[in-house]
Amino acid sequence: MDMSQTKTPVQPVDAAPDSAVSTRNISKTYGAVEALRDLSLEFPRGQLTSLLGPSGCGKTTLLKIIAGLLEPTSGTVEVNGKTVTGPGPDRAFVFQDFALLPWATVLRNAAFGLEMRGVARAEREDRAAHYIKEVGLSGFENAYPHELSGGMRQRVGLARALAVDAQVLLMDEPFSAVDEQTRRKFQEDLLNLVRNENKTFIFVTHSIEEAVYVSDQIAILLPRPSRVSEIIRPTGFRGKGVDNIRRDPEYLDIVDEIWASLRSYVE
Amino acid sequence: MPNRALLLKILSAALLFGAWEIAGRIPVSFAFPTFLESMSALFRMIGDGSLLIAYLETLQPLVVGVVISAVLGIGIGLWVGLSRTFDWLFSPIFIVMQAAPLAALIPLLVLAYGIGLTSKVLVVCIMAMPVIVLNTSSAVRNTPESMKEMARSYLASEWEVILKVVVPAASPVIFAGLRLGVSAGFIGAILAELKITPTGVGDIITFSRSIADYPAMYAAIFSIILLAVLFLNLLEAIETALFKGNQRGYVSD
Amino acid sequence: MTLLGYRLPGMSSLLIWGLLWEIIGQMGLTFFVPPLSEVMATLWEVIQTAAFRKALYETAYAFFAGVFFAITIGIPVGILMGKSRLLDELLLPWVNVFLSAPLTALVPVLMVLFGFGMKAIIITTTLFAIWIIILNARAGVRQINRSLVEMAHSFGASPWRAFTQIYFWAALPEILGGVRIGIIRAVKGVIIGQLLISIVGFGALFELYSANFLMAHFWAVLIVLFALAFTISEFLAYLERRVSYYAAKR
Repeated sequence: MDMSQTKTPVQPVDAAPDSAVSTRNISKTYGAVEALRDLSLEFPRGQLTSLLGPSGCGKTTLLKIIAGLLEPTSGTVEVNGKTVTGPGPDRAFVFQDFALLPWATVLRNAAFGLEMRGVARAEREDRAAHYIKEVGLSGFENAYPHELSGGMRQRVGLARALAVDAQVLLMDEPFSAVDEQTRRKFQEDLLNLVRNENKTFIFVTHSIEEAVYVSDQIAILLPRPSRVSEIIRPTGFRGKGVDNIRRDPEYLDIVDEIWASLRSYVE
Repeated sequence: MPNRALLLKILSAALLFGAWEIAGRIPVSFAFPTFLESMSALFRMIGDGSLLIAYLETLQPLVVGVVISAVLGIGIGLWVGLSRTFDWLFSPIFIVMQAAPLAALIPLLVLAYGIGLTSKVLVVCIMAMPVIVLNTSSAVRNTPESMKEMARSYLASEWEVILKVVVPAASPVIFAGLRLGVSAGFIGAILAELKITPTGVGDIITFSRSIADYPAMYAAIFSIILLAVLFLNLLEAIETALFKGNQRGYVSD
Repeated sequence: MTLLGYRLPGMSSLLIWGLLWEIIGQMGLTFFVPPLSEVMATLWEVIQTAAFRKALYETAYAFFAGVFFAITIGIPVGILMGKSRLLDELLLPWVNVFLSAPLTALVPVLMVLFGFGMKAIIITTTLFAIWIIILNARAGVRQINRSLVEMAHSFGASPWRAFTQIYFWAALPEILGGVRIGIIRAVKGVIIGQLLISIVGFGALFELYSANFLMAHFWAVLIVLFALAFTISEFLAYLERRVSYYAAKR
């Protein structure tokens, strides 16, 4: 994560960007329960798309299908034009509960993806150390996960995902288990990351503010069975700098609008 | 205050041994020697080497039995934990074994395998194995799903998932199972020596009882309980040191 | 485990093992393993004999008496340890020692002190069961949520009412868990006691059968014992689930 606050000009979000990931008519049933129905969605390259919806709307299921961890009952997922049949080197996953190996050091955890890819020890530790530094954890290479705070643990999870240099980053509510201040810092860092790394981000969240704050595109999912009800593309406030977004009128309008459409689905 | 804890431990030991001493002096029973008599018998047996010789014999079936149970038990446990078919096939046997008073098998083992080392090893095995198998299999089954998913999403093969995630994640519980297995193994080893043929420490207990040398009998019993407790505490200390933080790393704050 | 789309019930594989037993028995590989069918036929005979009923009665008597003492002594001691720090620090080391100690070694002492009979077996049973009951009752009291204690205070509950209406119930899931494990240990204790003091109960019965090489009788009694032990343990687990439904939600 780049901590610098350099303001590179933001590319305007064009109307029909090419897609890094597309899901075509995805359905997923668990026995009699229909989790996803006929869901099609495009994820523009180099941008961050949020999957937003009330709990139980299948957003994590969709993300895991894209990751190749779950198989759809019908429909296909394409990443860079290739159909997904399982996990692949083009995608890296960031887990809600961090999923760090508690017996391994920060360095080994961050290098895990490279280890599975058969990268030699010296090289993978070099690369992992580089990304540990990127996410701001230098000095903690030999610490164990239980010695870190929740926020720091998720930074390790992020370093692990960045180290394998996948084009698509799949993030499953990555900031939901960290405290509010840390979460805000993460969101700012994430914006810089999207800007500086030429990667496609798919981001699951249940926080409306978070989705509007970080996303180029927000897909609102409604539950039982889950389908895309709306796609919102905030454009106006992206270039105004991280400090100004939260008081931008467009930001506030979009937050209100989304709440209005989700309100009736909250128990 | 660490001093208070230590002081109370010493006080607690002094109270129990003091009560033993007083009860022995009254005496509550002709077969109840005082603490000091028992201790002097213990040091006499340590001094003339008879206790050492006895333990060399007692520990044989215990060590052999525990090693066999550990290897077989962890192997079967991993297998049962990883495969639904084997879970269905084997789990019921070990669940029943865990609940059942397996000591009742001893007379049968003696009939089948005689009164030698084989029977005693088998007694240790049937006592120690169920808990090792059940702990291993449930530890394997309870590997956090997200850790396995993590490994798969980073392209681990099924073998890598087992070797690099499942087994290390399960090892604290497997180790705890081993410790419980050793504890049950001690029960088995002593039971074997008291029930099958008196050898080793069991021989000292049985023989000194038959000649009414109660201090020696109490000393032998005291020594085996002390040995078992010290060894199990050592295992627990190793466990704590080895797996420090292991269970805490993946829960969110 | 599913077969052809049907979910097989949990314990159904025991049928396969029973079948295997029958086959090995029929092949006559070893004299020690008579066919299961023969064992079952014998089982029916055996449970009608006076010797079996006497053994069962004696065992049940020792078992229930031992468990009774373990529970009535163990739970109060555990609760007191959970409440009083001094008592806890004095007793806990010994509870832990006896929890992991090979108590089998104490049976000879009980035999010389209390004679070769029921008394020694009852005490053995109690000794096997009591430590885990104490430890769990203690843990149950100690884990009680601080805010629950403060709630009792803030609503002005007297110590006695707070104890009977809040603390006891808050600790109940742990207490019951301890009682369940204690009872399973008691089953083992009562059999170990009888084996070592082999003139009472099933200990005597086993001596009789093995001296006369009555293998089918032996296995029949083993099956009855194992089935009883398993039933007791499953029944207690069921009870614990029924009563402790709120444990996870505290």
